[in-house]
Amino acid sequence: MKHFLVLGPGCRNCDTTAKLIQERADRTNQPVCLEKVTDMATILGHGVMSTPGVVLDGKLLHAGSVPTPSQIDAWLQT
Amino acid sequence: MAWFATLADWLVFGIMGLSPEADAAKALHFFVEDTTKIFFLLVVIVFVLGLFRSLMTPEKVRQILTGRSAWSSYALAVLFGAVTPFCSCSSVPLFIGFLEAGIPLGVTMAFLITSPMINEVAVLILLTSMGWKITLAYVLTGMVVGMVGGLLFSHRRLEHLVEEYVWKIRMGSGVLPVMDLSWRGRLDFAASQVKEIVGRIWGYIFLGIGVGAFLHGFVPTAFFVAHAGPDNPFAVPIAVLAGIPMYSNATGVIPIGEALLAKGVPIGTVLALMMSVVAISLPEMIILRRVIKLGLIALFAGYLFVAFVLVGYLFNAIFS
Repeated sequence: MKHFLVLGPGCRNCDTTAKLIQERADRTNQPVCLEKVTDMATILGHGVMSTPGVVLDGKLLHAGSVPTPSQIDAWLQT
Repeated sequence: MAWFATLADWLVFGIMGLSPEADAAKALHFFVEDTTKIFFLLVVIVFVLGLFRSLMTPEKVRQILTGRSAWSSYALAVLFGAVTPFCSCSSVPLFIGFLEAGIPLGVTMAFLITSPMINEVAVLILLTSMGWKITLAYVLTGMVVGMVGGLLFSHRRLEHLVEEYVWKIRMGSGVLPVMDLSWRGRLDFAASQVKEIVGRIWGYIFLGIGVGAFLHGFVPTAFFVAHAGPDNPFAVPIAVLAGIPMYSNATGVIPIGEALLAKGVPIGTVLALMMSVVAISLPEMIILRRVIKLGLIALFAGYLFVAFVLVGYLFNAIFS
């Protein structure tokens, strides 16, 4: 099961990102594990300076904005 | 731009048949005109800029600012602060990321000051509503305030006012995959930027327009002449103080500025209020509290207060 980390101090964009990932996963009936990370040290440890950031199975995929649905779909398909 | 005024005329005075003399009609007209104008411009500008956004990211800025000599750092920091848009919740990781790269506290503060005040959307909307002179004044002032602020903060050796844990953080070198630069990818990204940004600030814009509309329709010019006119030497500090508890996005504060200018409030006072509303904000201070101790936050707010009051007096003097 894919393990997504959504990095951000808890503002609306971070929530939107998490919701969007869950939504896209539900569409394809793919179970995903979504975790929200708000701890700054961890966020920066991943190399993210502009939130929201998205990490999948340990790899940084995206940072700086809410990802587009097509971006998320591409990640779900890997 | 007159197009939007015409639309409002048609809707409020034509379709709804309200009288142009009525207070409520004037307020409604302001509301309709500004809402259509600002949202139209917002969508277009964010979309177009979104097409080219790959050019400037915080990671690139951080790279460029690292290891530079003092003077060029400050100039670049405020320049980047002016052109990079980011969500204010990114202030914290950005702050940490800059410091972690060895970028001096002063330079980082310069960036933090200029960033919320000057963004391309607000600048372009300011240009269309208030003309290039005021826009230039706003932008230059914002950058100077940022630079001076940064220099002042570095001069006073304030590193101890940053939370200790910040200095211990090591930033990972997460290599970000290259953005999809195909036209399809760019259009996708631009569209998502519109959704994200409009979704984030529409409330502030409506609020700003609402306040502006109210002032425009219901508060007589005489009130402003009596209290905020050029005869009141305290108008500027009061304007800045008034702006502190209020917060709005840089774009949302423009309709308020428009309404005040139309009522004859001097330009310096208006600019001081607008900057105060945007740059001295409780939400931002609360977020920054995570990384900066109260002492530095107080200094930050205090500096901005003094700076904006000076700017207000300066512009009132120049433009009177």
